[in-house]
This record gives sequence, C-alpha cells and structure tokens, in this order.
Amino acid sequence: MIPANSDDVRIGVYVCQCGSNIGSVVDCEGVAAWAGENLPHVAVARENKFMCSSLGQEMIEKDIRELGLNRVVVAACSPHLHEATFRGACQRAGLNPFLFDMVSIREQVSWVNTDKGIATEKAKALISGGVRRVAHNEPLDPITVKIDPNVLVVGGGIAGIQAALEIADAGYHVYLVEREPSLGGHMAQFDKTFPTLDCSACILTPKMFTAGNHKNITLLTYSEVEKVDGYIGNFTVRIRQKARKLNTATCTGCGLCEEKCPKKVIDDVFEAGLGYRKAIYRPFPQAVPKYPVIDTENCTYFQRGTCKVCQKFCPTGAIDFGQEDEVLTVNVGNIILATGFDLFDCRRIPQYGYGRLANVFTSLEFERLSNAAGPTGGKVVLRDGVSVPQTVCIVHCAGSRDRNYNKYCSAICCMQSLKFAHLVKERTGARVYNCYIDIRTPAKAYDEFYQHIIEEGIIFVRGKVAEVTDAVRLAGEEGKLIVQVEDTLVGKQRRIPVDMVILSAGLEPRYDAKEVGKLFGISCSMDGWFIERHPKLDPVATMTDGIFIAGSCQGPKDIPAAVAQGAAAAARVQGLISRREITLEPVRAQVDEAKCSGCRICNTMCPFNAISFRADPTRPGGGVTEINPALCQGCGTCVAACPAGAIRGTHFTDEQIMAQIEGVLLRNPAREHAVEKEAVYA
Amino acid sequence: MAHNGESKPKFAMYWAASCGGCEIAVLNTHELILEVDANFDVVFWPVAMDAKYHDVEAMDDGSITLCLFNGAIRNDENEEMAHLLRRKSQLLVAFGSCASEGCIPGLANLYSKQTMLDTAFSTITTDNPGAVRPIIAYDMPEGRIEILRTLDQVVKVDYSMPGCPPESHQIAAVVRLVIDALHGNAALPPRGAVIGAGDSTVCDECRRTRSEKTITEFRRMATFQPDPVQCLLEQGILCSGMATRSGCDARCPSANMPCIGCYGPAAGVVDQGARMMSAVASVIGGNDPKEIRAIMRGIADPAGTFYRFSLPSSLLRHAKV
Ligand SMILES: Cc1cc2nc3c(=O)[nH]c(=O)nc-3n(C[C@H](O)[C@H](O)[C@H](O)COP(=O)(O)OP(=O)(O)OC[C@H]3O[C@@H](n4cnc5c(N)ncnc54)[C@H](O)[C@@H]3O)c2cc1C
Ligand code: SF4
Ligand code: SF4
Ligand code: SF4
Ligand code: SF4
Repeated sequence: MIPANSDDVRIGVYVCQCGSNIGSVVDCEGVAAWAGENLPHVAVARENKFMCSSLGQEMIEKDIRELGLNRVVVAACSPHLHEATFRGACQRAGLNPFLFDMVSIREQVSWVNTDKGIATEKAKALISGGVRRVAHNEPLDPITVKIDPNVLVVGGGIAGIQAALEIADAGYHVYLVEREPSLGGHMAQFDKTFPTLDCSACILTPKMFTAGNHKNITLLTYSEVEKVDGYIGNFTVRIRQKARKLNTATCTGCGLCEEKCPKKVIDDVFEAGLGYRKAIYRPFPQAVPKYPVIDTENCTYFQRGTCKVCQKFCPTGAIDFGQEDEVLTVNVGNIILATGFDLFDCRRIPQYGYGRLANVFTSLEFERLSNAAGPTGGKVVLRDGVSVPQTVCIVHCAGSRDRNYNKYCSAICCMQSLKFAHLVKERTGARVYNCYIDIRTPAKAYDEFYQHIIEEGIIFVRGKVAEVTDAVRLAGEEGKLIVQVEDTLVGKQRRIPVDMVILSAGLEPRYDAKEVGKLFGISCSMDGWFIERHPKLDPVATMTDGIFIAGSCQGPKDIPAAVAQGAAAAARVQGLISRREITLEPVRAQVDEAKCSGCRICNTMCPFNAISFRADPTRPGGGVTEINPALCQGCGTCVAACPAGAIRGTHFTDEQIMAQIEGVLLRNPAREHAVEKEAVYA
Repeated sequence: MAHNGESKPKFAMYWAASCGGCEIAVLNTHELILEVDANFDVVFWPVAMDAKYHDVEAMDDGSITLCLFNGAIRNDENEEMAHLLRRKSQLLVAFGSCASEGCIPGLANLYSKQTMLDTAFSTITTDNPGAVRPIIAYDMPEGRIEILRTLDQVVKVDYSMPGCPPESHQIAAVVRLVIDALHGNAALPPRGAVIGAGDSTVCDECRRTRSEKTITEFRRMATFQPDPVQCLLEQGILCSGMATRSGCDARCPSANMPCIGCYGPAAGVVDQGARMMSAVASVIGGNDPKEIRAIMRGIADPAGTFYRFSLPSSLLRHAKV
C-alpha cells in the first residue's frame, strides 16, 4: 500500500463529455488540462466524449499498464450509473477497483448549472476533491456470500401470489406470509374486473388455490413478520403466526362453526363495513386456506367466558380455545414485499358527506354491493338494503390529484369508475353520471372500454365535484343527494340530484408502510410508497440488496401491472438464486477495540442490527462493541455516532473525507499558488 | 537528545493567553519541582522568577532544552513570544488546553472583537469608572487583539499536552521522561505526539456502569443528586467523557460530576465538539420532531458545552463575524 502523500502515487484523471450532456456546459478539455497541471500526483489527465464506451474504458486500462497509474479518477455521470463500469476497467488492468473514485460532474454539475464559467469551476473543485481523496484510498477485497435459495414473500394479494407461484414453480421454496386469515388481497373483494369484466373470483381463486397447495410454498396466513436480521443471501426472519384458536390438522373447513356461532360482527375489512360476519369466520367462502379463525375480541367465550357453541358443533373437535400464537424463525436469501395499498379514507373530505350522508358509498363498498357473493347478493341498492337507485353519480378522483390530500393520480380510479357505471346501468338501469377531472385510460384495451361505456349512455360531466349535500334548494331535490359540480365543458355550475353517490377513493400507502419499510430496511417516498431502486430501469429492486417490491405497495397500479411486477420480482430473485453466491461491497465499519470505551452510544444505532456488545469484566466500561461484518452495510451511522472515533468506515475514512473536503475547497498546499489563482471557491 | 553533561539543560515555562492554572499545576507536583531544579537550569519562567524578554532574545537559538508553553495566542505579544521561544527551544511543548486546543478563552472566537471587549469590560464586577477599553486597531506590538489561535497554529510544536490544567501526575511523568531521556535512559515519543495523556477516552477510565442509552430529558447538576454508579449521560447529564481523551483517571465522573472535556478530542479525532454532538444526537429519544426539539432545549449553551475546550482547534475555529 502506497502512502497517500508518497511520490509513488500516480493518478489518472479522465473527464467525460457524455456527448453534450456534460460537454455543452463544462469546458472538459480545460478542466482536464487544469487537473494535469495543478492537482497533486496526477500523472495523466485526459478528456473523452464517452468514457463509458469501450474506447474510453480501454484508454484507462492502457494508461494503467503503460503509465503505471495506481489510482484512477473518472469525472462523469454518477457512481449510481457507471461506478461498476470503471471499477471493471481498473480491475481488468490489474488495479484494485477500490483505488478508483468517481466524480459526478453531470448530475451535480452540468445538469444543475447553466453558467459555463461557474459549472467549469465547480467541476474543477469536485475533481480536486476526488483526486485528493483517491490518494487515500486503500485496496479492498470484495466479500463473497452464499445465497440461501429460500424466499420470503410478504403480502398475499395478487402481486404476492404471482411472485410466490413463479418462484415455487421454478423449484425454490417460498414462505408466503399474509396478515389476514386468507390470501387474496383487494382483488378478492371485487365482482368484475376492468377492462374485460371477467369475474374476479374466477381468475383469482385458482391462483389462490394453487398457492395454498403448492409443495414449494409454506403458506403462513394470519401471520406477520416481526423481525428481520441479515443481509442479501442470508436473512433470518421471525414470523408470528397468530392463533386461529383451532387445530388446522383436524379442521375440514366444513363451516358448521361459522353457521352456528351466535355472535355477529360488522365486517369492516372484507365487507368494507357493509355486511356481517361471525366471531368465528372465514373472510369469504373461497378463502385459502379454508380454515376459519376466532376473532377473540368479539368472541363471547373470550369476552365473557361462556358460549363454546362452535366447539360443541365442530364434528372433528378442531376448536382449541387455549391455542397460543406460534413464533417461527426462517432463513431466506431474498425477500419480496407485496403489501399492497389502503383505500383513501373518504371521511377526510367532509364536503363529500361520506359517513354522514347514508347513500354516499366508497368504491370498495360498491364492490361489495355489486358482488354476487356480497351482502346483497350483487343487488345494487341504497343503504336501506331495498331501494333501487334511479340516479347514481360516480365521483372520480376522491382524494387524488388534490393538493389537500394526495397530489398523485391513483391510476385505477378512472377505469374502476367506468366499470361501476357499467355495473350500475346493467343491474339497475339507473341514470348514471360520472364527474371526472380527466379521463385516464392509457393501457391496452382501456380506451376501448371507455368508448363502450359512453355508448351505453352514461353521462359524463367534466368537473371536480365541489360538494355532495342533502340541503334542498331547488324543486326536485327533495329527498335526494345533490352533487354540486362545475361543468367545465359548458362553463356553468350544476346541481345534480341523485339517489346514490359513489366516491372513487384513491389508493394510499398502507397505514404502516413506514414501519414495515423500516423493518425490512427500505424507505418510502414523500407520498409514502416504497421506493424502487430506479424508477425506470430497476422498478422492483430497492436500495437494500435482497429486498424487492412488487405491486401496489410501490405505487398505485392495476391488476395487470401488479401481476407483472410480481413476476418481475420473482425473476430477479431467481436470477440471484441461480448465481449461488454474490460479492458484496467491502465497505464496512470496524471497531478499534483499543479505542472503544464501551460507552454504548452506538449500540442502538445500526439499522441492520450489525452491532452487538460483548461483555468483558476486565474492561472498565464492562465490555466492548463488536460489528458483524456480514451484517454491516457500511451505512456509516455508527461511525458518525462514535464519540471516541473508535469506529472506522472502510472506504469512507476520516482521512478520505477530510482530503476530499479540502480538495473541494481547492485548498492545495502542494501547489497552493497555482490553485488559488484559479479558484473561485477558495 | 544532545546533552554534554557540562552545564545543566535549560528549562523555560511561559504563559500566553491563559488563566495561570497551568503554572499552579506544575507547582502542584510538589517535590518534583526539586527534581526539575536539580536537573535543569530554570532560565525563564515569569511566574516564578524575574527575567526580561531581552534576556531570552540574548540566548543562543536552541539553547533551551525544554519549554512548557501554556496559554493560547490571542495577540501580537503572544505571537512574538511563541516565535521567540520556538527559536530558542529544542523541545517546545504546547502545555495545557489553551495552548493545545484553545480552551475557554477560545470561546471568544464565537464573537467579534468588539463584542468580546464589551462583554469582558462591562461585567457586574468590573470597576472601570473611566470606561477604559483596549483599542482593537492600535498597532503596537502588544496591542492588536486577534482571533484566538492555538500554539501549533502559529509555530511548529514538538509535543502537546492536554488538560485544563494537565494533571500533576501526568506532568510529573512527562518531566521524568524528559530527564530520563536526557540521561539516555528512555526514548522520547515521536515528534508531534500528544504526551501526558492516554490514547482512549475518559469513558474508558470511568467506572460507572452503562447500558444502551436513550435520553428523554437533559438535566443539570444543580437540580438533582445523580446516582453515583450509573453512567451520568444515561441520567441526562451532558458528560463529555465519551469524546474526551483519557489521562485524568476520570476525575470528574468519579466525583459525581460530568466530564467537561478538558483533555480534548480522543486520539485520531479532529473535532471533539462535532463528535460529542453527533453522539448525543444519536441517543436522543423520541420520533416526533416537536418532542425532540423539546428535549434539545434542555441543552443549555450548546456551543459552550460541546466546544468548551476545543473551538479554536476544531473544524469551525471561529465564527464569521
Ligand atoms: C375499488 C377498487 C376496484 C378495483 N378494480 C380493479 C379492476 O377492476 N381491475 C384492475 O386491474 N384493478 C382494479 N383495482 C386495483 C387492484 O385492487 C390492485 O391493482 C391490486 O389489488 C393490487 O394488488 P397487490 O397484491 O399489490 O395489493 P393488495 O391487493 O392490497 O394485497 C396486499 C396483500 O398484502 C397483505 N399485507 C399487507 N401488509 C402486510 C404485512 N405487513 N404482512 C403481511 N401481509 C400484509 C394484505 O392483507 C393483502 O392481502 C381496483 C382497486 C380498487 C380500490
Ligand atoms: S365460542 Fe366464540 S366463536 Fe365459538 S360460537 Fe361462541 S362466539 Fe362464536
Ligand atoms: S456502518 Fe455501523 S450502523 Fe451502519 S451498518 Fe455498519 S455497523 Fe451498522
Ligand atoms: S460508540 Fe464507540 S466507544 Fe462507544 S461503545 Fe460504540 S464503538 Fe465503543
Ligand atoms: S459518559 Fe461520563 S459518566 Fe458515562 S461512562 Fe463516560 S465518563 Fe463515565
């Protein structure tokens, strides 16, 4: 290892034009010449149109071999995009890839500056930082880890089912964890699905059944992940399987208990509050698995100590009131999160009257209303359960595209509203209004569906609904709900009296998405959706290796897109499994035990649980802190926290960071004078 | 070390911007003073004997074997003496916190010279009927008041010895080491080293029990009697032991008082205050920003707490005023 300030340090600096991306704003030629003349230890400085091209890479390789370079700096796009490319070039020429440093002069300079002069000076400053830093870089060896072929899929909606099936069919074992008593997610609640109007249950049930009975799938319903330790290839996951209070080995799923149970409960989850279930229940008849669960908070026996009707009637004696939660620990190599969405709570828009005006329904309520297996057997009726509406208004964008609630478009509500319009018309013959801001039907066969709905005689009013009220102002409004809306195509206010209003509520991140993200070490966007690694090029991976996301937990999407993502995540995971082992960045934190006082400041800091405290009574502090290099992701949190400076972040040492800062500030004692003349940031 | 045995090696001690505590600490080594006298010719030590600057100027360059320089560099006079003693000394030691980190006088670097003088010359106890003030721009050698600097920011020093003041047992050990080295019985540490201190932190010498920390309230010593066994920080007291170089035998925490950081940053650490801040920030409890802010309000005088001894030698050095 050559010391940072030794004369033997020979740095090659390469300034990329990135076509005109950088070249049109930064004087690349001038910057390269400046670096060659002014920065310490620079043996060669060149510029090139496309450093990432084979020619650019070969240039680096040739210089390493012929000029004896032992450090390389490329000033170009971003490490995110091409760090691996240039590390590869160094490696091919026999230089340890960690003796390379990448300086971003595209994302951080040319794309965010228009003034050529300032941009060029900033590029110099950043390159100066890179050059000074790279002198302190040390050769590092990548860490190799084995990939456990088992996979965890969290969330048994359509996205999670699809992912699990793909992986299981490929011959690998999947643990499929679903929080509710049954698989299915939101799709299980629908009657018909757009744009084909095929029956949701007909296409979902076979998949649920296959997933439930697949030899490679361990289905863990009524279960939740409590703890995740480890890293790509080697996660250890603790799962709590809540007690169903019945023995699944003997239960045949006959449903007698459900039938006989005297305790009725409003079903807020599956029936969206429109229907009842029993205290012992399956969310719906086709539930997978077929076993019921006892809702102990509502069960008469658990609340009052008597009843046990279910036990009396159960022909196989499966009911087990004393059953406890089971906690199991599984090892997996990769994890796919498919935890889906929550529906926007329409009570948050008081002027739409949901929760106050009986005949204002949410979209999910309507799904249940129109579902043949729902509380009304598929009859579209008002809240009284009997009256058939004569006029219905469907309000688009409830809670979406509105800066007071969610700014984004929920993507599915237009199509779902069109589906509703069709179903209302078909089931009741009512007059149907759709009040919309824009109609968004971009996917395959979607606009055709829209045209078809128009032809069915649905009335479209372009305008955002201001209010739904029962305050009568005009004749003909008595006993009606009045929808106040500006018809922007005609340019006038309208009051539309209707019998029923359906709010097309938006899609929101799960209420607990942040906590779930934290549990798995991934983050959420400003809106709360899980963040993908790259919005275009890497939509199902995350910034945490080995954790993938699929379906509507990543953002609002329809079934085809959710299924595609489930399959995509599965393909990514299978790719990793078939590699058997992967190399990890050796960027890790290390504790210098001689300096660690055991103050324990760092002990709770690590987001990856890599830190532990080893008791040692011979030390005054009672012990010393240890970092498991396999778990550490090199995030640097503990490095910053340790007051004693006892933790060193490999590849991000104090020397490297300080040298880079000084370089950026163009403080350059070796050639101070030359630099100062040029400097604008000095 | 060059010592021909004919005349005794020469010793000097000087104070620049400091309180005088360092001198007391040296005297506090009791009978060791006699050893100093037996082994050295004391040629310059304004607090103990009369000598003029021109006496020093008249000495041969490099003729002082050991010079303990305490106090920081506040004005031109301090600076001139730093250069002079550097020239005359073989071993120049930045002695004590002021000389090595800037110490309490260095906190004035947070203010303009004017504000500093206004503050210093109009306290309740100031008896100054004529409202006499030093003139900032008076261009006499003694007159100009500067941003306070540490000794090594002005001249090259051979060793630094932290502490406010350095512990007497550490002073004794250092003096003995130099004496032994003069007699060829010991080797001096490499130039630039920190001497008279440990390489770890005060926590490392502290006997209090500690566990994983979460601070939900900062408390001050005046308001309660801390538990004598549990780590003070865990009791909500801002103890700087974890970010402070060892060497004092954890004197303050042993006396049920928090470490205030006088031994400067731990080995290899650039900025003691920043270390302390990020450590404390790491263990503040609560997720709600409002709650966190309320907890943080319990930190009285953050700059003076975290940078009490090290502002001029930190990455910040001084405020832009
Ligand atoms: C009213 C309405 C109508 C719609 N109609 C259509 C339509 O006709 N056609 C169409 O293509 N799309 C439609 N959609 C969109 C469709 O619902 C979604 O595309 C689809 O449900 C997304 O599936 P998913 O698996 O990503 O999420 P979800 O269906 O939400 O499933 C997620 C699953 O994960 C489980 N889960 C959540 N958190 C955890 C956890 N921490 N641990 C374990 N399990 C967890 C949940 O219980 C759930 O089972 C409609 C949406 C709505 C709201
Ligand atoms: S014991 Fe509980 S679940 Fe069983 S029948 Fe009675 S109320 Fe229903
Ligand atoms: S750098 Fe520290 S906090 Fe970050 S992952 Fe490693 S051990 Fe954990
Ligand atoms: S913060 Fe530093 S000194 Fe304290 S326990 Fe952790 S590693 Fe040791
Ligand atoms: S923080 Fe203070 S009280 Fe706690 S262990 Fe360190 S020196 Fe002792």
